Amino acid sequence: MSDKITAGHVHMSGCTGCEVAIADNYAGLLTLLDKYVDWVYDLTLADVRHIPEMDVALVEGSVCINDKISVEEIRQTREKSKIVVALGSCACYGNITRFCRGGQQNQPQHEAFLPIGDIIDVDVYLPGCGPSPQLIKNVCVAAYLLLKGSDDQKALAEAYLKPLMMLSKRGTEACFCDLMYDVIDQGLCIGCGACAAACPVRAITHEYGKPQGQRDLCIKCGACYNQCPRSWFSFDVVNQYESIMETIDAAMAP
Amino acid sequence: MVQDNFLGNYSSCVAARSTNRAILAGSQDGGIVTQLFAFALEEGIIDGAIVAGPGDEPWRPRPMVATSVAELYAARGTKYNISPNVSFIKEATRSYGLDRVGIVGTPCQMQAVRKGQLYPVGLRDVPDKIALAIGIFCMENFPYQSIVQLVEDHANTKLENVTKLDIGKGKFWVYTERGAVVQLPLKITHKYEQPGCHVCLDYVANLADISTGSVGTPDGWSTVFVRSKKGTDIWSKAMAAGCFETKPIEEVKPGIELVTKLATEKITKNRKTIEERSSFGVGKGLRNPYI
Repeated sequence: MSDKITAGHVHMSGCTGCEVAIADNYAGLLTLLDKYVDWVYDLTLADVRHIPEMDVALVEGSVCINDKISVEEIRQTREKSKIVVALGSCACYGNITRFCRGGQQNQPQHEAFLPIGDIIDVDVYLPGCGPSPQLIKNVCVAAYLLLKGSDDQKALAEAYLKPLMMLSKRGTEACFCDLMYDVIDQGLCIGCGACAAACPVRAITHEYGKPQGQRDLCIKCGACYNQCPRSWFSFDVVNQYESIMETIDAAMAP
Repeated sequence: MVQDNFLGNYSSCVAARSTNRAILAGSQDGGIVTQLFAFALEEGIIDGAIVAGPGDEPWRPRPMVATSVAELYAARGTKYNISPNVSFIKEATRSYGLDRVGIVGTPCQMQAVRKGQLYPVGLRDVPDKIALAIGIFCMENFPYQSIVQLVEDHANTKLENVTKLDIGKGKFWVYTERGAVVQLPLKITHKYEQPGCHVCLDYVANLADISTGSVGTPDGWSTVFVRSKKGTDIWSKAMAAGCFETKPIEEVKPGIELVTKLATEKITKNRKTIEERSSFGVGKGLRNPYI
């Protein structure tokens, strides 16, 4: 199929959980590869040594700035990709790698890690620890429609991806504190519970109907903030939830 | 499909009440939510439902995954304070192992559910498991401490003696087990509302599969909007099974006009609040979450 897009997985300092999340689409991943994507680069799955030109780079992990090869690879990723997606919370926000203090065999001096957005411009954030297979699927289909779809499909894909593009411009820091700063302290929280459901470390409970985070447990993944309906919410997109999900389901039919 | 700026999209709107007397005995109005979930449970449409169950203190709800009709019954009635039902949406598919989840919630909670299905940042494997989302009409919600303030201070009634709370006909009603009824004008309750409600742009849960509330129909009945394909399918099955007695909404008083009026008032007022927030300080505004 000549109208496939090209994509690859770039592995920075991450646990491979994001890549596993891609694979957790099971048969859906095969459909993606059959119909929409030529998978041109992937340390784990493809025998390609150097980062090639590609339409979409899915970057997992943060960048160890003490490691020349990592820095060179993330620079090349930017130069050779049309769209760079920060896949997972380490790439978006640093996440658990924020807490690294070095000392690990056999490169104990590798101690400083930054989200990829501190080194290169990023186009789309796909946060989560790990990112959910369903969000990866939605973003992949949307990215395909944006690059290869009809005008209507392009408009829909653009509207869908817009909040995730805006996130990539918002910054590289995330924490439970974002909920405090941007939602609760701003008088926007409605105590719905989405943050607590999203938290991968169960650090969020509710006090007086409002989320309370155990900040010592927080791994700075940004899931709570991004799952919140009052952090960002697009009526243009969510009001069409039924047709968008149908479009994606239809696209994913084998 | 009707498309309305204030009432959202819906395939039908009716006045309805459950045909099950046991449900009606403890329900807020027409027993729509309990009846729908009970039917969906028995038919295997859902494996369980996230509802506002009893909590540690009187009238303080706690989200609960109901997997039996008895558990649904324990959660009947409106509590008028916050139950973070969405916090259980992933747990329901994990610890409880549900493949088909029902959830009831306010309009903002339906927004959280749909955003979560489209953008499941921290909701792995949840999006495809939402089998029935029922929304309830909501003008505003209260923190639990506000309910304590209203019932125990303003209405001078111990919460543990209260059998029913209701907002209707312009008043906040407190019913006790001894038969006393206290009513508070809503101008007293307004200041105790949850602040986040004042930027809400949805009154009748436009994003639910089915939404329901008392406004628009006589006492003991509920107004029901059937919205999505899922909602339409489940509603028609429940109707065929004789779960509900219905009347055309055009034939009841005060009818859909009142729903439209209140929806318009809420959304217009809250749009103004959002606008005012943009110039809240001196050359500085408060956040607008809508993009």
